[in-house]
Amino acid sequence: MAKGDIMKKVFKMEDLDCANCAAKMESAISKIEGVNSAKISFIMQKLTIDLDETREKEIMDEAVKICKKIEPDCRIVR
Amino acid sequence: MAKLSRRQKKNLARIIISLALFFAILIPDKILDLSSVIGGGYGWVLPFALYLIVYVIIGYDVLWRAVRNIAHGQVFDENFLMCVATLGAFGLAVYLGATGQKAEGFDEACAVLIFYQVGEFFQNYATEKSRKSISSLMDIRPDYANVIRNGEVVTADPAEVAVGETIVVNAGEKIPLDGTVIKGETNIDTRALTGESLPREAKEGETVISGTLNLTSRIEVRVEKAFYDSTVTKILDLVENASASKSKAENFITKFARVYTPIIVFSALALALIPSFITGDWQTWIYRALSFLVVSCPCALVISVPLSFFAGLGAASSHGILIKGSNYLEKMNKANIFVFDKTGTLTKGNFAVTAAFPEEREEEILRLANIAENGSGHPIAKSIAAKYGKPAEDGYSLTNVAGEGVIAEKEGEKIFCGNEKLMKRAGAECAKPEGVGTVVYVARNGEFIGSLLIADEIKEETAEVIKELNASGAKTFMLTGDNEEIAKSVALKAGLSGYKASLLPQDKVGEVEKMFREKSQKDVLCFVGDGINDAPVLTRADVGVAMGGVGSDAAIEAADVVLMKDDLRGIAKCKKVAKKTMRIVSENIIFSLAVKAAILILSAVGIANMWIAVFGDVGVAFIAILNAMRVGKSKD
Repeated sequence: MAKGDIMKKVFKMEDLDCANCAAKMESAISKIEGVNSAKISFIMQKLTIDLDETREKEIMDEAVKICKKIEPDCRIVR
Repeated sequence: MAKLSRRQKKNLARIIISLALFFAILIPDKILDLSSVIGGGYGWVLPFALYLIVYVIIGYDVLWRAVRNIAHGQVFDENFLMCVATLGAFGLAVYLGATGQKAEGFDEACAVLIFYQVGEFFQNYATEKSRKSISSLMDIRPDYANVIRNGEVVTADPAEVAVGETIVVNAGEKIPLDGTVIKGETNIDTRALTGESLPREAKEGETVISGTLNLTSRIEVRVEKAFYDSTVTKILDLVENASASKSKAENFITKFARVYTPIIVFSALALALIPSFITGDWQTWIYRALSFLVVSCPCALVISVPLSFFAGLGAASSHGILIKGSNYLEKMNKANIFVFDKTGTLTKGNFAVTAAFPEEREEEILRLANIAENGSGHPIAKSIAAKYGKPAEDGYSLTNVAGEGVIAEKEGEKIFCGNEKLMKRAGAECAKPEGVGTVVYVARNGEFIGSLLIADEIKEETAEVIKELNASGAKTFMLTGDNEEIAKSVALKAGLSGYKASLLPQDKVGEVEKMFREKSQKDVLCFVGDGINDAPVLTRADVGVAMGGVGSDAAIEAADVVLMKDDLRGIAKCKKVAKKTMRIVSENIIFSLAVKAAILILSAVGIANMWIAVFGDVGVAFIAILNAMRVGKSKD
């Protein structure tokens, strides 16, 4: 399977209130296929994600779904 | 109190209203016993209805979130557990009332929920406050630049200004871009970048950097670096990404939090069921189990740890120390092997003439040497020129002899200025001077005139900092390319534990590798250098510290910690901040775990009721967060 370019992208998050939820989201998003690593800084309200650039849209769609499931009030700003 | 957002204001209003209503109902209840107002076995309905109003006002969002999250498949979150605990208490009270016993517990259920919301509010507030304080560091971002275009001063976005353009910075304005002063003279406040309280002078020909504040007079600056390349952008990037690296403590907390909640829930279940089967007194045991659920959220712990690190990083940056991640704060705390680069780090790196031999002929030696070194940009030439103070006679033709020195010739006069090899070439017998340093011999027309001793001055603070580090139990080493004698003298003066001299740049990495093999697992090696050719070593060390990072790209890239000021005391300060941060982190962890454990035990045996449980939980979070913010307060 051809590997696309691994790019680091940073997204701002809004209304991230629960540090526990941030941790859960971080580990769930890391498991998405095409994601090398994901880090959520609860304090800076930022998602830093190392992903396969060619599949960015699907990966981010999945990430938003995960985010909504864990903390529905929270949004990833795209 | 800081400004609150709309959401926060709404929550605060709800808390106040519920508290007011709560006490309005509680006081009559305690005096009159509301459950006895209506007779006929339905006495419990009155308190139930009244307390229910309070409950709904303060808890509707918790209930809603619990339901919604379950629908999304997220069952065991704190909303659900709080609901179970408080609805359980409510239910228990209704059961008691309906079966003719005293209907007790409505007030507790409400109190629990109110306390919980207070806790949540405070956690949110404290986190926002910390976030805002770090973004006040973002204040160094310049919003505009005054560019001179077509003879007019135009306001532009700093990102749009090109290298080579001239900008005007008036008194009181932020300098938006890195550049050179081409007109004017002023004083600059570098505090935002370096923590330095004394203003710095900037004259024509000197460089100024973006993010600093122009204090006194208007200056015109030629832009040397584009905005995306400028110091201020680099620093902002560094600060923004700093909290991305997680420390061991944070990772531990995350893992812990994951197992903590399920463990508490199952313990609660066990506590509710098992003793009930044995004793049959299931009311008591269910009640105790509900108290368990109340302390089941590890939030205090999970928030206070990153908050402490965050405050530590912020405290460091206010002193001009940029740390790239909380893990480096952790490592810095444990750092006990310090390896220093010599030139530019322990020493000033600016060479100065310290002595002339023979002393009586100093003036002449300097004059001749200056002629030979005229125009050379070499630090040694500069030091000679500085010491002599007067311009050199010209008219001499200068020939550079590689590895030996310079020969200056004019009308039959031949001046030789260089090392022993050059003296041999000149046919002069040179006398080696006393003292340590680089020696420059001067001969004229075959006659040996004298020599100059040029040394690299040790910084004033070096000895003091090394002493402090050694006193804390650390070992201090120096690696240098200079010769053995110079290295030994510096090592002695500074008080170092050891040194290695005559190293080629690539040898330095080898030496550090050797130290790694020889050190134990617990030792942490910190390398301090000025970055320009220390990049591989900075990367290899456990903590790489680059000094005088202002403007040096290689330093900022390779290092883990950047000292904005060219001052070794920054290392001691960094270690202090690291120590304080780690101490507060462990205080918070131990305190939170201990109190929670105590509450669990007391609830299980029935000494603590739900009031105490939630009060303790909120109290712990409160104290942990306040403690975390304490990191930022340092007296120096």
